[in-house]
Amino acid sequence: MTGRPKQVILAAHFPGVNNHTVWSDPQAGSQIEFASFEHLARTAEAGKFDFFFLAEGLRLREQRGQIHDLDVVGRPNTMTILAALAGVTTHLGLAGTIQATYNEPYEVARQFATLDHLSAGRAAWNVVTSPDAFTGENFRRGGYLDREHRYQRAAEFVQAARELWDSWPADAIAADQARGVFVREAPPGAFAHHGAHFGIAGHFTVPRSPQGHPVIIQAGDSDGGREFAAASADAIFTRHSTFDAGREFYADVKSRLARYGRAPDELKVLPGASFVLGDTEDDARERAHHIRRQQVSPQTAILLLEQVWNTDLSGYDAEGPLPETDPEPDAPSIIQGRARQHADSLETARKWRAIAEEKKLSIRELIIEVTGRQSFIGTPAGLAAQINQFVQQDACDGFILVPHLVPAGLDEFVAKVVPLLQERGVLRTEYRTGTLRERLGLRPPRPAAAWAAAAQAAGSGAPGPGLGATAVSA
Amino acid sequence: MPEAGELHLAAALDGAGWHPAAWREPGARPADLFTAGYWADLAAEAERGLLDFITIEDALGLQAASRYGGPDDRTDQVRGRLDAVLIAAQVATRTSRIGLVPTATTTHTEPFHVSTAIATLDYVSSGRAGWRAQVSGRPGEAAHFGRREFPELSPGRLGDPAGLADPVVAEHVAGLFGEAADAVEVVRRLWDSWADDAVIRDVATGRFIDRDRLHYIDFEGRWFSVRGPSITPRPPQGQPVVAALAHGPLPYRFAAAAADVVFVTPRDAGEAGTITGQVREAERDAGRAGPPLLVVADLVVFLDRDAGAAAGRRDRLDDLDGARYAPDAAVFTGTPDQLAELLLDGRDAGLDGYRLRPAVLPHDLEQITRGLVPALQERSAFRRGYPDRTLRERLGLPRPANRYPSPVA
Repeated sequence: MTGRPKQVILAAHFPGVNNHTVWSDPQAGSQIEFASFEHLARTAEAGKFDFFFLAEGLRLREQRGQIHDLDVVGRPNTMTILAALAGVTTHLGLAGTIQATYNEPYEVARQFATLDHLSAGRAAWNVVTSPDAFTGENFRRGGYLDREHRYQRAAEFVQAARELWDSWPADAIAADQARGVFVREAPPGAFAHHGAHFGIAGHFTVPRSPQGHPVIIQAGDSDGGREFAAASADAIFTRHSTFDAGREFYADVKSRLARYGRAPDELKVLPGASFVLGDTEDDARERAHHIRRQQVSPQTAILLLEQVWNTDLSGYDAEGPLPETDPEPDAPSIIQGRARQHADSLETARKWRAIAEEKKLSIRELIIEVTGRQSFIGTPAGLAAQINQFVQQDACDGFILVPHLVPAGLDEFVAKVVPLLQERGVLRTEYRTGTLRERLGLRPPRPAAAWAAAAQAAGSGAPGPGLGATAVSA
Repeated sequence: MPEAGELHLAAALDGAGWHPAAWREPGARPADLFTAGYWADLAAEAERGLLDFITIEDALGLQAASRYGGPDDRTDQVRGRLDAVLIAAQVATRTSRIGLVPTATTTHTEPFHVSTAIATLDYVSSGRAGWRAQVSGRPGEAAHFGRREFPELSPGRLGDPAGLADPVVAEHVAGLFGEAADAVEVVRRLWDSWADDAVIRDVATGRFIDRDRLHYIDFEGRWFSVRGPSITPRPPQGQPVVAALAHGPLPYRFAAAAADVVFVTPRDAGEAGTITGQVREAERDAGRAGPPLLVVADLVVFLDRDAGAAAGRRDRLDDLDGARYAPDAAVFTGTPDQLAELLLDGRDAGLDGYRLRPAVLPHDLEQITRGLVPALQERSAFRRGYPDRTLRERLGLPRPANRYPSPVA
């Protein structure tokens, strides 16, 4: 340990396709024009953030069998927008969410290696998997994955991608005009991967990229997700948790690393977090409530209630009381295109009724009360203190901040909170040269074969990659 | 809109240039081929020359000395490349006028991903996106995906280098183009799956979109089915420009059914007339509606102020490579003025324009932008500015109405 305090990792999440993103505000801009993405990325870079983060969804959400129309709908292609952002930023990391289910390792490896070249070492891949046949209707492969195999396929997908990234030695290109040698050995990029999910072989087309391997992020809090992160990822994107729950999660995830021969600092824990700033605590609370009302329109309140009741409640008045009927957990799910968030709907309904009766809340007031409250509400000084406390006391290594407005949702944070974090010496005041991997304090990438060996050594209980995979170096 | 008599002019960018030894020329930048700066500089040069668009080559397998072969042991040629769509997206932020037409395959890449990628390129570039739809027939590329086995495109007899007369190969190739036609159809339907005015942001009813203005595309074909709608709103051009390179009747039919622009490879002006006739026939066979295909000829160019220098350069590069360069398109060596005259002959034979393949980058691109373009302008055969905002407008293609009906507002 040096005398330098633990540094706060900060990422900027482009506001997503959900009711957290407020489109009805007069300040809300386009969700699709490039200028919106550029604004948020430039703001994050001005705030010396570590990276920009983009989520992905490959089928429009539906409820009651119709396309969901109350939230923001529509988004760009992840890789294309990140490549464009590489052209308007210099230091900011560029993290994209890409499905392991509806893509192939050869193409994904190629796209991230390309992004890493074009951005001079700033690419990161948030690996997600979906077993969702609904989304699969947009793709050749369909949605055949059962839940049990999703992390196995994802782990093997990442392993195969790593083998592809390792297929060109770092010094493969000589480009020696005098001697007439472009590549030192030909053909370059040989690989062969034969596993349970992928049987591929041939030659990779992209020379080794500046980071070697882009930074790998894994999103998901489940036991399988945590183990996958410990076995395969450089960072884990978790749902927001409280300070205490965060410390517990942090300790749990970090404790899983040794099994794979990894040190605790080789996996960064990054919760998603929303925030509201005010001049005073009261001002911040008032703004937070106003934003919550924007996020939960009367129509959205009914829709969110339906997700628990799992039945059509369109006849109810959002400003009136809760339905007297019980949820229908056994009926076919009325929502498609996103995970169901309420495991035990009867129990949730019982709790919600109790809260509504006690506080005399309408449907809309209840939904505002019980769903998606902002993570941090306070003054700039208060936010800086809380963020720093989470990081210094090992509730996390930093945050992926999720603004509620496009494109200016991060402006105030960067203007008011970032300087306070910098004063505390926990956030850089200038970027140094180097790759995203270096900036995050991660080590040079382990070779694919070492990842596979570690997973194998960890035993069959792990959702290990490997599975007979072999890397062939040219 | 183009004026009568004006040619469309594009530059085809690939690695260090189209000659396999191009990277060895003085002025070449072989160590920069995988950097953003290299591509941004080339695009900026093309834009300085007011070119209609650039294309960016791509493939899901390594380059090889033989057009149909797999990876070989040549260490003296450029190997490796970046994803063309992503290069184009970054170049879009460094340019403001020039059209950007990357290559993406119809064979392995999901049509859904191609559709959102090109739509996003259209947003990033404010209406300058195109897509060169390419089939990937090589068995080595199929093995990178591990889902299908393709037959070898065996070196056949003279005049049939891919062995197309072999019935197995013929069926394979016909399948590739059938699948390609389906892929383009899916991509185009997805582009139209949002009405232009689908986003309504109606606070009174709490609705961000009018879902009646979004459409399932419900495509079902032999190779795949896609439900839709797209996750990406309709792009600025409505339908970005689709281009295809075609060397014969089968790909002419594919282009006639699916594309806006066809790149063809005539040996001379006489053959240009013949091929243009075949393309028009393919359009009739395909029952093409809407504007006719723009017929654009590919031509590899070695350009110098002195015609002998250009020919000498070609000879020198051929010697370095150890073989006479014999690409699929015609090769021109000479001065920009001589080339201007040749291009006008092609125009008079019915061509709408040319896609020039610089033999050496950046040298031959600079000869195009600084020598050929002024020569064509003097002959009133090329624009003197960029009056049009979108690539479609520049090509004289109207912004198409949406194929899906929307409720009247």
